[in-house]
Amino acid sequence: MIRPPPHRRGRGRGREEAAFSGEALPGAGRLPRYCERSEAIQGGGPLSDVALLDCFAPLALTVKRLMAGGAAMALLLGALPATAAEIYVTNERDNTISVIDSATYAVTRTFPVGRRPRGVVFSKDGKRLFVCASDSDSVQVIDPDSGKLLADLPSGEDPEQFALSPDGRTLFIANENNATTTVVDVDTKSVKAQIDVGIEPEGMAVSPDGRTAVTTSETTNMVHWIDVATLAAVDATPVDQRPRHAEFARDGKTLWVSSEIGGSVAVIDVATRKVVRTIRFEIKGVASDRIQPVGISLTDDGRLAFVALGPSDRVAVVDAKTFQVSAYILVGRRVWHTALTPEQDRLVTTNGVSGDVTVIDVPALRAIKTVKVGRFPWGAAIRPAPGGAAGK
Amino acid sequence: MRRGVVALAGGLVACLLPFFAASAMPALTADPVAVAYLERRIERPNPLNNEDPFPADEGLKGAELGLRDSNSTGRFVGLSFGLTSTVVEPGADIRAAFAGLLAGAGHPRFVVINAPAADLLTLADAPEAKDVILLNIGATDTSLRDVDCRGRVLHVIPSRAMLTDALVQLLVFKRWTRILLVAGPDSGDGLYAESLRRSARKFGARIVAETKFDARGADLRDSALREFALATRGPDHDVVAVADEAGEFGTNLVYNTEAPRPVVGTQGLSPAAWGRPVEAWAAAQLQQRFRKLAGRAMDPVDWAGWMAVHAVGEAAVKLKSADPAAIAKLMLDPAFEVGGFKGRALSFRPWNGQLRQPLYLLWPGAVVGMAPVEGFLHRSTELDTLGLDRPESACKAFGG
Repeated sequence: MIRPPPHRRGRGRGREEAAFSGEALPGAGRLPRYCERSEAIQGGGPLSDVALLDCFAPLALTVKRLMAGGAAMALLLGALPATAAEIYVTNERDNTISVIDSATYAVTRTFPVGRRPRGVVFSKDGKRLFVCASDSDSVQVIDPDSGKLLADLPSGEDPEQFALSPDGRTLFIANENNATTTVVDVDTKSVKAQIDVGIEPEGMAVSPDGRTAVTTSETTNMVHWIDVATLAAVDATPVDQRPRHAEFARDGKTLWVSSEIGGSVAVIDVATRKVVRTIRFEIKGVASDRIQPVGISLTDDGRLAFVALGPSDRVAVVDAKTFQVSAYILVGRRVWHTALTPEQDRLVTTNGVSGDVTVIDVPALRAIKTVKVGRFPWGAAIRPAPGGAAGK
Repeated sequence: MRRGVVALAGGLVACLLPFFAASAMPALTADPVAVAYLERRIERPNPLNNEDPFPADEGLKGAELGLRDSNSTGRFVGLSFGLTSTVVEPGADIRAAFAGLLAGAGHPRFVVINAPAADLLTLADAPEAKDVILLNIGATDTSLRDVDCRGRVLHVIPSRAMLTDALVQLLVFKRWTRILLVAGPDSGDGLYAESLRRSARKFGARIVAETKFDARGADLRDSALREFALATRGPDHDVVAVADEAGEFGTNLVYNTEAPRPVVGTQGLSPAAWGRPVEAWAAAQLQQRFRKLAGRAMDPVDWAGWMAVHAVGEAAVKLKSADPAAIAKLMLDPAFEVGGFKGRALSFRPWNGQLRQPLYLLWPGAVVGMAPVEGFLHRSTELDTLGLDRPESACKAFGG
């Protein structure tokens, strides 16, 4: 059952594109590749809505305006959150960070950092930004306001992701190239320990009580449990192929781990360190091996989980209580990671191949905006805009 | 005959690390899972263009890295792995070496074979191979996945059919579908050319003309400019495909064609399981680990050697068992999946034991594309658009 590739459709689309470029809609200014897929007009739920807006924006808008009057307008206005936040995105290929203002969704600043920036996280007070500069073999501490480098932390070789302990000063860094987790005191800039873990550690998380750290090893396919008091690896839990990201629930009772090649998310009971649930994903019209879970965001209220599904160009919305997938939201190409705003009303996704960030309206579960950033955006961290309310 | 024993012991990897906090590792629960590596050395032509010498440890170094990786992982579940290796010279008795390996350290039940098809069949049919899994990393012959298949032989290296399918998919995608074919005199060249014809028919490309080229007796460094112009004269074509598996003239054909056309096939733009420019899907990590170990770039046979041992290791770790029978059973299970730094879960085809895998289309400078190429569809997995699909394979040895 082999068919030759479809003839390249999309020629002569320049006119259509011009007709509605400038609309404040996801993908405005270009037609996303998924418009060529039939499911864009066949699928159900929020997926079809977004796809419809994306691919047939002029028509869809006309229909919406005719049918619902001001509804479409309200949708557009809904894009503006009540409190402004700043979104920091690492551009892996450009060696820069793009800063997006959530009030306007415009890139306000771009500043250079070390080579191949990936993982990124704010200090508790939002005054320091930690960036894994993987190819510079360092974790950089940056003043987010000026973009100036404050310090290089000793990080071990090839740091990819890290997690800051709730104590605000202990940083756990996954060293992808040499199968270790490096523990760094960010105040004294000293290495507290290097812990031997499985091959290609990547995902890193610290429990909300600060007593347990975990790292996922991509080739060994395990979650390694580190006792923070003794800084020793005490246990390992096998998960599906290529675990990439780990995230503790706010209550600390469960740990969510995505497996990129296994195509699943494991929900692990922290007390027993056993997988209690394996969530799988199915998208009509997308080959199962293109569904590659990477980034995970969990809402603080414990209701929702968002899972970035890599080259399927979608984010899955999971009910965090029943573990059922409730929706798939189309975003840009090869979505890596996600981050929630302090108010938890917006989720941003980094789309590596299309070089943009998709903004998702959390209550409405729909994509509302696409923001062009640098090449290969990878990680995202959000803080309240200076002068705004305190965030996480 | 050269024989070497490569390190066992799960402790090895830990010792290599400069300092680490004490870890609670489970105690080793069983003897190491024994894996063997057996290679038949092949005579190679002398390099024409001052290329790096052909690596004497091609394949073996990959298997050694697979052993290291498996031990790093295995120690978390109390498993360890051992590897013994034997390389036989051209003309030497590979069957005797095989028997020696099986009777040697740990009585290996998994043997990575880097040898031509005839040797592989000899070994597979030997009575002592009855409860042994052979992992083929050297023979690309499509017949081994077809009429000549054997029930306990798993093919980690892609077949010629998979390679040429990958190439023709890209050509069709680019609409470079008119192919002028130049084939060398060796039997492998003939098989590669035949595979190209078959792939062209399968995906709707066309061989517009064919010529034979024998580099022997000519000094290509002097004559390439004129000789290749003659050899590649023919009807209108989009690409010149070359079938020269040993590398006797193909590299010199590039930029020496009569018409300004790209060279594809065994040289020029080539389909391959792996290659130096491969970087995506975390391949960079595997490439770095290999370079550290071998002091050179990883090639397709090295990758297959790594993949073969890694597959055994992955099956053992999943089972948390060193029992060779249980590991073999899992590896042959259609549900068994293993990662290979190619962006997808890889698995063995239940009808002929071939490892399903994406292939690269690359030249020495860069990866041009990956197959299956977008748009080539299949009802179960697009990976099965490459090589012999279930209805196309005459293999019955797997009970299919």
